[in-house]
Amino acid sequence: MRSPPTTRALPAALLLLAALLLAGAAGPAVAAQPDEGEDATSVGGTVRAEGDGVPGVRLFAELDGEQVAETRTAGDGTWRLELPGAGRYRVTLDVDTLPEGTALRNPDRNPLEVDLRAGQHRALLFPLGERAAAGRGTLDRALDLGVQGIKLGAIIALAAIGLSLIFGITGLVNFAHGEMVTFGAAVAFLVNVSAVGPRWHLLVAAPIAVVAGGLFGYALERGCFRPLRRRRTGLIALIVVTIGMSLFIRHVLLILLGGQRRTFADYAVQRAASFGPVNIAPKDVVIIVLALAVLVAVGLALQLTRTGTAMRAVADNQALAAASGIDVERVILVTWIAGGALAALGGVLYGVTESVSWDMGFRLLLVMFAAVILGGLGTAYGAMAGGLLIGVVSEVSVVWFPVDFKLVFVFLALILTLLVRPQGILGIRERIG
Amino acid sequence: MDLVAVLLDASRAALGVPAAAYALAAIGLNLHFGYTGLLNFGHIAFLLVGAYGTAITVDAGGPLWLGVAVGVLAAVVLGLVMGLPTLRLRADYLAIVTIALGEILRLLFRSRPMQPLTGGVRGMEGYADAFYAANPYTAGARYGVGALTFSGNTLWVMTVGWGLVVLATLLLLLLVRSPWGRVLRSIREDEDAARSLGKNVFGYKLQSLVLGGVLGALAGIVLALDRQYVNPDFYLVVFTFFFYTIVILGGPGTLAGPIVGSVLFWFIIQGTESLLRQAINQGYLGGLIDTTDLGAVRLILAGTALVLLMVFRPQGIFGNRRELLLDER
Amino acid sequence: MSVEDPRPAPPDSPALAGVPAEPGVPKPDPILVVEGVRRRFGGLVAVDVERLEVQRGLITALIGPNGAGKTTLFNLLTGFDSPDEGRWTFDGQPLGRTPAHRVARRGMVRTFQLTKALARMTVLDNMLLAAGDQRGERFLAALLPFLWRPQEEASRARAEELLSRFKLDHMRDEYAGTLSGGQRKLLEMARALMVEPAMIMLDEPMAGVNPALTQSLLGHITALRDEGRTVLFVEHDMDVVMEISDWVVCMASGQIIAEGPPATIGTNPAVIDAYLGRHHGERSAT
Repeated sequence: MRSPPTTRALPAALLLLAALLLAGAAGPAVAAQPDEGEDATSVGGTVRAEGDGVPGVRLFAELDGEQVAETRTAGDGTWRLELPGAGRYRVTLDVDTLPEGTALRNPDRNPLEVDLRAGQHRALLFPLGERAAAGRGTLDRALDLGVQGIKLGAIIALAAIGLSLIFGITGLVNFAHGEMVTFGAAVAFLVNVSAVGPRWHLLVAAPIAVVAGGLFGYALERGCFRPLRRRRTGLIALIVVTIGMSLFIRHVLLILLGGQRRTFADYAVQRAASFGPVNIAPKDVVIIVLALAVLVAVGLALQLTRTGTAMRAVADNQALAAASGIDVERVILVTWIAGGALAALGGVLYGVTESVSWDMGFRLLLVMFAAVILGGLGTAYGAMAGGLLIGVVSEVSVVWFPVDFKLVFVFLALILTLLVRPQGILGIRERIG
Repeated sequence: MDLVAVLLDASRAALGVPAAAYALAAIGLNLHFGYTGLLNFGHIAFLLVGAYGTAITVDAGGPLWLGVAVGVLAAVVLGLVMGLPTLRLRADYLAIVTIALGEILRLLFRSRPMQPLTGGVRGMEGYADAFYAANPYTAGARYGVGALTFSGNTLWVMTVGWGLVVLATLLLLLLVRSPWGRVLRSIREDEDAARSLGKNVFGYKLQSLVLGGVLGALAGIVLALDRQYVNPDFYLVVFTFFFYTIVILGGPGTLAGPIVGSVLFWFIIQGTESLLRQAINQGYLGGLIDTTDLGAVRLILAGTALVLLMVFRPQGIFGNRRELLLDER
Repeated sequence: MSVEDPRPAPPDSPALAGVPAEPGVPKPDPILVVEGVRRRFGGLVAVDVERLEVQRGLITALIGPNGAGKTTLFNLLTGFDSPDEGRWTFDGQPLGRTPAHRVARRGMVRTFQLTKALARMTVLDNMLLAAGDQRGERFLAALLPFLWRPQEEASRARAEELLSRFKLDHMRDEYAGTLSGGQRKLLEMARALMVEPAMIMLDEPMAGVNPALTQSLLGHITALRDEGRTVLFVEHDMDVVMEISDWVVCMASGQIIAEGPPATIGTNPAVIDAYLGRHHGERSAT
């Protein structure tokens, strides 16, 4: 089918999208700072006690009183904070996360202030004093990081459900899914922080972002993908379209948000509380509980509601589902809306615990791919299982390996899955013909 | 507004080293995407291993030719690593693995543990001296017509770059018109059909991926010789999609496509950028964007072009009318 | 569909005279022997074939209601899918777990239910592609045209001959994507013959073909047998099955439930059950 409305729908959709994005941060919403060095500006170092690297120590950097980066030391004690660009930063070592019996040798040299040029890397020293008792064991560190992993994994799982379900239902791998995540965080940022926004509290901004994410999914399906399906555009062409869309949205957001990493106005920096070996900020507890609750709710909805059952039926066998009276087009639309809303929620949560930036979704996209392939591309439960697994494994890997290699482990998991069990942990071998 | 300056900027870009290198990389990608139907979203990684293979070898005291050989060999290995786990699976798995591998390689090369080898975020330099020592032109002189001139050094890289483009096109000419090329096209059309007729689809996909990757590595070497400096952050995954824009602009699955596409791409991109820069400097855009946003504008243009071309003219702007009719059935 | 009124069929093939009409029955000269092949999708058993033999040089029809597992069996036998268990031999040699392209090279070539014309290649290129053992398909040899030109010319002559036999010669230089549905079926059959198979497996060769072309397609299929090839084909139209097949195999729910000469298969109670059962089911579902 190639009716004229179809041909008009796509440019209209692109315009709508552009308008949405422009409305999202009209004009100079944020004071954009020059960022010639991309993300090359950084500080780093090694936290050592008696010559051995100390892992799991939390460090964060602030710019103008706003936290812009946070990290934990790797297995060899190394750490590195990627900073948004030139500026005067305050870098703090969170002494609560130091192993028992260790302390800073110069407590007054924490936080440290540094001036950085764009693209510059500075080494910072936080020397530790005498170690009185035994330090934290590997198990303690793994536990601490494991909780971090569950937090990130639950966020990844939330964000990836849409990616996996849309694949299962329409066969489309949406490379613009990362931008749906960024979109959610950007909307919340607009409402919560931006000078042109109403500066409402994050608890108000977050639901608005989730609704906007659902609308975004709706717009993508009705404005672009449904017309393209009607034109019988091939799978490969569709994937290239999603890539083009991802480039477009991401770089419009770059212009609107600027290149730096930002935080929300609320809950930006919190002191971590200790539960045995686990150090965790209260906001992270809330995130874990909230994300897991939403995951359970999505699982129950898929099992118990009519729409959920229809989704699973369409993902299983579209022809059969259509023959048994399911309105496939409606199911696809609902999936886009739900996927968009969940991705937006994932984006907001990620923004709360880490930071908001124009490319956060794209960076998460690769991890989401690994998660859904590991769990089984096309299934919601696969995305959940894969997300949690990937989150925990990559975080805990830091106990033994340099922090730079975190993503490498994610990627190795992806490759191994493809070699050993391409349908994923929860997937079923594909039917041909 | 100085439109002559805009045209001059655009023309210089359309003929320059980046246009040649991007054409070469696009020829490789065209073999993947245009002829074989492979979705390689990490083509930039081939440029990275080509450039770093050369830089690291020369840095370790090897001659330049050995560096180039190492770069090419690294591309062969990378092609195998990308292809072996994915080419038996659906087309989208290759896309996912290549885009991930592209990003991972960049992160690995800039990581601290790799710093002794790759220079980390500081990058590497000084590997191109032997190349410029062999420059037959006068390094300091300007060559060209009227205001459109290039330095002797740039002209030397252009000569090598465009020379490689011609050689690669001739190679592809022989290949795609042979039974080998016919098998590739059949895989693009329907790999199950090719399989049912006794073709080892996996083997051909792997050959295509590796050969196209080698061309990508050569493009990476040309760019690295031009810049005389490599940094992992030159190899962001998104640059792969400039190559896609070029291939689709010129017409996927055609011999001249990547060359036409690259010249056009650079003319348009540089022309727009030059125009915008003037507009910004003269305050016409009223702070909507500033000059630091021009890199993003480039990618916005490429993204828009990809969507519109793929939907409305998948054969490229000079595409074959007969194929156009076929797709509208 | 006319299960209950078998049309006058051609006389039973003498090669299978005296072979009892029961599932899995041994044949005097089988080219394909299938043993214990099973394939599950999740909890569903799609194919569960205890034993099946296909007689050399004859036309065997594979019938059965939708979802009986016919296409899945085709996919398994031709290497497009792999079974959970089971083995089979082709021409006396084991063929289980052989990749699809090797199956084709061994002389067993299939077509597809939805034709796979290579749309953006010419009809002639479709044919030339299928020629076996081409020197010019090797990477290095491809660069030296003098190595493969003579072979290519010979293939071209053979392709032209087949194209005129299938009345496609006037379309030689057109894109295959411009062919009509029936022409695509013809092209697919002609292309399969370029491989010079001993056995050709046709998945619903008549599906979507206009009635005017049906007779000519039937003629082409019987011609395959007459030049000594074995044919196994999936078909829904009982008239077609009665008209050209020498032997009929019926599948239902993944199993072979009946076998026999076309004249008797329509009266086989198991076959009637399978089809009627399905009709009942369909009525209650809609």
